[in-house]
Amino acid sequence: MNSKDYISTIEPKKKWLDVDIKGLWHYRDLYYMNIKRDIVTQYKQTILGPLWYLIQPLFTTIMYMFVFGGLAGISTDGVPQPLFYLCGTCLWTYFNSCFIACSNVFAANQGVFGKVYFPRLVVPLSSVTSNLIKFAIQLAMFAFIFIYYLCFKDYNADFGFIKDYGIAIGGLLTIALPILLTFMVGMHAMAWGLIITSLTTKYRDLNMLIAFGVQLLMYATPVIYPLSFAPEHYRIFLNVNPLTPIFEAFKYAFLGAGTFDVLSLGYSLVTLCIVMFLAVILFNRTEQRFMDTV
Amino acid sequence: MNNNIAIQFDGVGKQYRLGLVGTGSLQHDINRWWQTTVLRREDPYLKIGEINDRSTKGHSDYVWALKDINFNVEQGDVVGIIGKNGAGKSTLLKLLSHITAPSTGRIQYRGRIASLLEVGTGFHPEMTARQNIYMNGSIMGMTRHEITSKLDEIVDFAGIERYLDTPVKRFTSVMTVRLGFAVAAFLEPEILVVDEVLAVGDAEFQKKAIGKMKDVSSSGGRTVLFVSHNMAAVRSLCNNGVVLKNGMIDFIGSANDSIDHYLSDKNTEFISCVKVQDNQRDLCFGRELEIVEVSTETDIIHMATDKPIDFKLRIKIHEHNIKKFTIGLHVSNLQEQTVGTYVSEIFDVPQGVDEFYVNTKVFDHNLTIGRYSTHFNIGLKDLETGNRDYDVIHNIINFEVVEFSEGKPISLWLNQWGNILYRNVEVNVLV
Repeated sequence: MNSKDYISTIEPKKKWLDVDIKGLWHYRDLYYMNIKRDIVTQYKQTILGPLWYLIQPLFTTIMYMFVFGGLAGISTDGVPQPLFYLCGTCLWTYFNSCFIACSNVFAANQGVFGKVYFPRLVVPLSSVTSNLIKFAIQLAMFAFIFIYYLCFKDYNADFGFIKDYGIAIGGLLTIALPILLTFMVGMHAMAWGLIITSLTTKYRDLNMLIAFGVQLLMYATPVIYPLSFAPEHYRIFLNVNPLTPIFEAFKYAFLGAGTFDVLSLGYSLVTLCIVMFLAVILFNRTEQRFMDTV
Repeated sequence: MNNNIAIQFDGVGKQYRLGLVGTGSLQHDINRWWQTTVLRREDPYLKIGEINDRSTKGHSDYVWALKDINFNVEQGDVVGIIGKNGAGKSTLLKLLSHITAPSTGRIQYRGRIASLLEVGTGFHPEMTARQNIYMNGSIMGMTRHEITSKLDEIVDFAGIERYLDTPVKRFTSVMTVRLGFAVAAFLEPEILVVDEVLAVGDAEFQKKAIGKMKDVSSSGGRTVLFVSHNMAAVRSLCNNGVVLKNGMIDFIGSANDSIDHYLSDKNTEFISCVKVQDNQRDLCFGRELEIVEVSTETDIIHMATDKPIDFKLRIKIHEHNIKKFTIGLHVSNLQEQTVGTYVSEIFDVPQGVDEFYVNTKVFDHNLTIGRYSTHFNIGLKDLETGNRDYDVIHNIINFEVVEFSEGKPISLWLNQWGNILYRNVEVNVLV
């Protein structure tokens, strides 16, 4: 297409679902550069560098082992504590960092957004992706410790799907499903984050809520305890949380602990679609005027 | 849209709400939502609002930063947007570059727009110059492939080859600007929007940048919108001009005509007795002593370089326990640069009266041919108690120096010579 003949119009109000897909595609290199920036600059001028990606979940796990495993004595469904906590922590860290990044898109980028136009959705998309790379590194560490336990600690691997469906189908599910689950976690984080950031450009009250809200949300999600540990009458509330089935299934795939329930995963997926749809509409409406109020 | 029109502004307006965001604005937001979304009426707040004159205190919380902007820019035009601070120049560019949406009207444009509202956008201090070139280029909409193919030219233009792999945080601010401008200069948009980038950078680089912008418009037939306070740059770069005043279009024409209009409009009034209005005053001071009137007996329209100028200030005393004061006088030129200042010694406030007069006479103003404006302040500039102002007033009496004193050998004055004519100079020719 010859861009010279292309006429653009700027008007006071955009249509509801006027998402600039073509623009997003055009700015794919910005997406790539943003990811690169996030990775390259995070641990500049540190000696350990990317090792910090590993140290953070490692220390968290040790702390959980001490507090929840040791002091509180919460069950891990027969799974060795380090594996159980590390598995949950990695996935939760991924959700947490994506959510924080996305819920802050407008405020954190007002300097750039105030000067140049590009499809703003590039920014949350790239932070979800760059966090995915960190998540992959942390998951590799999980695999490493998992193998260590197999070899030296007489741990019997208990992959939930292989147990249920045999080595062929079960093996495939063990690889494929966690990828889908991770994707769902990232998208959930982005969808809720976009809603928060759109709602907080003018009135910042919600910012106060999410500052501690995310931490509380972790306890409302089976990250450091199995769903089976929760008393029956509380489980309803936990099941409303669309993250619950994801975390349960994730742990089920690798550790055999937890539950795999297609119906509640379906609920999580439907919630995700609805929330994402609303989030994109809201974000799209906010982006055209937020500079006046942020 | 006509074929050779690059940008078309159609009744464009932009309204802002002043004041803080709080429960008051929430009430308005809810009312607006009720009226527009539920009752399907027009936005009630778009009907109110005043023109944007920053200095006067308005009655409404809403102001129009831009109102009823209608004009077209043809392809290949280089248009200078001129106006005082607050005239709406930057808002216009922000609307055009998609950063915020207009409140009314419509803008249409043909092709790709790149804006240099400030160069070096998105530079990350920790990344190297090379990485930042890619970062900055992709923010502006270039692809990696495009940037790679122009990398050598960009580096060469910025003159930073040696520092290509150094983090940008080690750069001086001039180097950062050079780098930023270099990336932007090699964008190839159909429409380029430039705001004040030339204000920074050394003289050599400014020349380079202006040359590059000229190239872009003349060879490529691309359209450039250029905002600057630097009239010399506007004159040399632009062929057309738009003068904005209080958010509305004041004049459209050739660049030279627009500049002349802008410059002359600022000082249309030569009044020899001025009652000070609130909009000429810095309202933040307490006005314990208030300058209420300034007058002169000098022929302010026909001044000469060696003739004195006098001012008579009428001052009202609001606070009788103030015992001492000083008077300050600033003179500024048409470009709003202050060219001279006088600060008096300390005087006693006359006792037992409510107002008094201060006469000042400047014998050697040393100003050359040109138009000037005066600013006064009354306060106490004291080494011991520090600097204190009671009242500060701006753009009070305008005057124009039109002739050189008799017997002087010069009869012309070039802009680049500045505003001061040295008159007491001794020259000895020795053999």
